[in-house]
Amino acid sequence: MRHLLDTASLDRPAIEELLTLTDSFVEVSGRQIPKVPALRGRTVASLFYEDSTRTRLSFETAAKRLSADTMTFSVSTSSVNKGESLRDTALTIEAMGVDAVVVRHRSAGAPHRVASWIDAQVINGGDGWHDHPTQALLDCYTLRQRLGGLDGVRVAIVGDVKHSRVARGDVHAFATLGAEVTLVAPPTLLPPSLAGWPVRVAHRLDDVLDEVDVVYLLRMQQERMTEALVPSLREYTAGYGLTRARAGRLGPDAVIMHPGPMNRGVEIAPEAADDPRAVIVDQVRNGVAVRMAVLFRLLGAEGRTGSLGADAPTDTDAPADTPADADAPTDADKESSRA
Amino acid sequence: MAERERRITRPYGGVFVPRTRVLDRDDVARAIWRMAHEVVERNHGLGAVLIVGLQTGGVWIAERLADALDSIEQVRPEVGALDVAFYRDDIGIRPVLPEAVTDIPEDIDGRTVVLVDDVLFTGRTIRAALGALHDYGRPRAVQLAVMIDRGHRELPIRPDFVGKNLPTRRDEIVDVHADGVDLGELVK
Repeated sequence: MRHLLDTASLDRPAIEELLTLTDSFVEVSGRQIPKVPALRGRTVASLFYEDSTRTRLSFETAAKRLSADTMTFSVSTSSVNKGESLRDTALTIEAMGVDAVVVRHRSAGAPHRVASWIDAQVINGGDGWHDHPTQALLDCYTLRQRLGGLDGVRVAIVGDVKHSRVARGDVHAFATLGAEVTLVAPPTLLPPSLAGWPVRVAHRLDDVLDEVDVVYLLRMQQERMTEALVPSLREYTAGYGLTRARAGRLGPDAVIMHPGPMNRGVEIAPEAADDPRAVIVDQVRNGVAVRMAVLFRLLGAEGRTGSLGADAPTDTDAPADTPADADAPTDADKESSRA
Repeated sequence: MAERERRITRPYGGVFVPRTRVLDRDDVARAIWRMAHEVVERNHGLGAVLIVGLQTGGVWIAERLADALDSIEQVRPEVGALDVAFYRDDIGIRPVLPEAVTDIPEDIDGRTVVLVDDVLFTGRTIRAALGALHDYGRPRAVQLAVMIDRGHRELPIRPDFVGKNLPTRRDEIVDVHADGVDLGELVK
């Protein structure tokens, strides 16, 4: 049984295949009736232990556009409040008959654990500081749409990298597709070790602004202020915010990205967020099509053997790091070739 | 392996071995020319006709058919493309992935759509195509043009314009391309 648990386990062919598949779903989403019967009879459950607007709605929309049935679990109105464990909740949902479960959890590794407990296919909808693979894919797709590809594209990921699952996923995906990634953050907002990260590091945004094609601003998590990792929001903005002046220094073909939700006036000035070079709304729009591609790739393949990335871990496995299985046929089954 | 052979043999594996040349390059051109005349005759001109090729085997035939119609009527009808991967009833039985993006004009209401494919076999692709078209609007009529009708229908679907009727065994493979049509087998 296969899942989409992390970005690191997707190799370049696997990512490119998904991005190509996304093209088809962008076309579907643009139709007058943006719905196809591809996953009719399948059920996709959302298991969200954290607040989410984009990811949850995006997965629901994606599933519905593929004619799948959806089940939404929200922790605030569930038996978790009565003490039910993650494992029991997952088994309960599976017992109702689901084909795929999208897991969002505050703890890194939760989707891996869920995948080891149930037979349904598991998609990581964001876990702790670990990873957010569908965000990475939609960011890759958005950049490919705007720039034609990522080979040699210089990307600066700016802000709270330490606590950002988006940054971790994007670094791997961008680098896998050939981009040159620079992390820009104060030392307090970088992970303690960057060993194995395919990145360069800069501590001043102004030093890299003139030599990047893409500025990816991470959300400044206000709750970090209590940890004294930055002196004040005002100082953070002065050093790392994409102010109107800094946006003015970017080239005419530069791309401004943000995973949302934005703190306008903190990591990104309102003028920069609404700049024609910003693709923030495109990221959300593409999120639906990318998630349609992921669901279709996992559920729409032969005997539910679609594969994306790592094998299901066993109970004792750490998050897997195996390359994606790129052997599955990618050819529509034409009548002319049917034996 | 040539791209054409890869298309034929996946997802089954093995190699396509042509045994019989059914039509040569000129035969294919003549068949398209004849079908174009039949399309004009059937529709009393090309007023509301839209040609839609099924991805991927029908697309080049649709383009060639439109070229022939242009020569006959001095009007080139609009040509669209349709991928029916999301509409097939065998998702889950076989791996199905889209081959290319669908491109259908915005408004097909009231138009006559001529679906074009290379081979008509069980009819399941055409059933899927009818479902897909329905999502784009309500054509006045849908007609079907195929280069080869190889029989073995599993649904009540029949073509309106046929390049060649070709009796086949179920386990044979028909390969249609601009250079000709071959009948053969898959050798594992």
